[in-house]
Amino acid sequence: MKRYSVFAIAREAARYHLGWERAWASPEPRASYDAIIVGAGGHGLATAYYLGKNHGITNVAVIEKGWLGGGNTGRNTTIIRSNYLQDSSAAIYEKSRSLYETLSQELNYNVMFSPRGVMMLAQTHHEVRGYQRTAHANALQGVATEFITPQRVKELCPILNIDGPRYPVLGALWQPRGGTGRHDAVAWGYARACSAMGMHIIQNCEVKGVRSENGQVTGVETTKGFIGCKKLGLVVAGHSGQLAEMAGFRLPIEAVALQALVSEPIKPCMDVVVMANTVHGYMSQSDKGEMVIGGGTDGFNNYTQRGSFHHIEETLRALVETFPIISRLKMLRQWGGIVDMTGDRSPIISKTPLGNCFINCGWGTGGFKAIPGSGWAMAELMAKGEPGPLAAEFNMWRFKEGQFIDESVAAGVAH
Amino acid sequence: MLILECPYCGVKAEETELSPGYEAHLKRFGPGSTPEEFEAYMFARKNPKGVHFERWRHTYGCGKWFLAARCTATLEVFGTYPAQVSEPPADIIAKIQARRPDWRPDWKDTK
Ligand SMILES: Cc1cc2nc3c(=O)[nH]c(=O)nc-3n(C[C@H](O)[C@H](O)[C@H](O)COP(=O)(O)OP(=O)(O)OC[C@H]3O[C@@H](n4cnc5c(N)ncnc54)[C@H](O)[C@@H]3O)c2cc1C
Ligand SMILES: [Zn+2]
Repeated sequence: MKRYSVFAIAREAARYHLGWERAWASPEPRASYDAIIVGAGGHGLATAYYLGKNHGITNVAVIEKGWLGGGNTGRNTTIIRSNYLQDSSAAIYEKSRSLYETLSQELNYNVMFSPRGVMMLAQTHHEVRGYQRTAHANALQGVATEFITPQRVKELCPILNIDGPRYPVLGALWQPRGGTGRHDAVAWGYARACSAMGMHIIQNCEVKGVRSENGQVTGVETTKGFIGCKKLGLVVAGHSGQLAEMAGFRLPIEAVALQALVSEPIKPCMDVVVMANTVHGYMSQSDKGEMVIGGGTDGFNNYTQRGSFHHIEETLRALVETFPIISRLKMLRQWGGIVDMTGDRSPIISKTPLGNCFINCGWGTGGFKAIPGSGWAMAELMAKGEPGPLAAEFNMWRFKEGQFIDESVAAGVAH
Repeated sequence: MLILECPYCGVKAEETELSPGYEAHLKRFGPGSTPEEFEAYMFARKNPKGVHFERWRHTYGCGKWFLAARCTATLEVFGTYPAQVSEPPADIIAKIQARRPDWRPDWKDTK
């Protein structure tokens, strides 16, 4: 892998940019691998990367039915924060956020991490109490957050209407080192680094079945034939139910659509991320000037990557009330992704009933921020066969035991 | 926009009139059941990509719960039926099979 640098740009500028090489290879699959990851989204690629980097396992294939990063990783609104309530959540999301701080240097790929600050508005007294509690919990967890006044909210984000008629802003939970990143670049950066370690990223290859013998996984049936493996990681977000069925078990997960949209580009007017969970909408401004907007999920099982229009209306209604300045903006694009929602709104990083088959899923509406930390924890689980401290509590048996990691009360919108 | 006909009042209700209730025909378990049975009933979900049977409530209409047969891969609706049944009625099965010849009734394995 040739490193990207200012010298490389200068060198290529001098020779008509003919010397850039492909960022990753597109090999044909080998007969078998030490480990196969299904799903080349951010979580799958990060898992492969840390398998190599932290555990020295590089005979790895990442198998993707479409193109890498074409799932939710390329469809999300890129909010990165770690101000969760429960200790186990704060641990993994803060690990992830802190890895984002140096990810561009680590991968030699600009992921445009922008710690511009994330503000979650409190617009009911219930939310004020909830976020004050979260701020106290975060203080104990070592996550830097703060409950701020409406005046401070207005200073940080002048385009916000803090005396709205329905839900005036009563304060906010502020995480100054939260922010955004470039979603595609995260997938591409990890893919490039995996390819450089000799791993195979096999795109346009759908996994159709999981083969096992005596309760141990032996490989996967794919559209490019059978591929053997010693260890298998299922990291397919919205399609987790399908892959689990192939591996012979069920998950506490429903697949539903979540949509996002962006406006026409305008001059810089907002340099923080604002989430308004009571009215159900959130917004940030991209480097191109577009307002990046999201809201709530649809309420029924759906694999079409299309959502219901009334949710867009609902989201925009909420945001026009919160940011009157956007009422005349034209929206440019709108799209959907299929998110994997668990009962307690927390992810699953777990062994499964099938031997040497592991699963990482359930990130639902909020897993972009978790990509580095989740990959780190999943790689540890796959390499050692047992979860490390980051993953332990996110096992899939917590539902049977009633040991939920309940984040649904902490945030109505969990992005 | 999803439109489902309420089998009780006959109204063709669009999504904003309805509340979703997710998987139908789940077998309920009561006191004395094993943790595995409770888990299967309360959490383990089929979540299929394709034919699915669901509970819906006509919230802003007659207020009653009914069931629907739908395809989650195409959003096609096969039909709706009253909730007081333990499995989909024959005419719904026939409608699904007319559109999905390869599909076999499989709700039984949710029990
Ligand atoms: C509209 C929207 C907004 C969001 N906003 C945010 C946000 O602001 N902040 C945040 O933190 N998170 C957000 N999220 C959530 C975040 O996008 C996801 O949690 C995260 O991207 C999941 O990454 P992943 O790698 O697990 O899944 P994906 O990126 O979906 O990757 C899974 C891959 O598996 C592949 N696959 C599936 N089935 C098979 C098969 N049978 N064989 C081979 N490959 C298969 C898919 O093609 C896909 O590429 C948002 C999501 C959406 C949809
Ligand atoms: Zn009705």
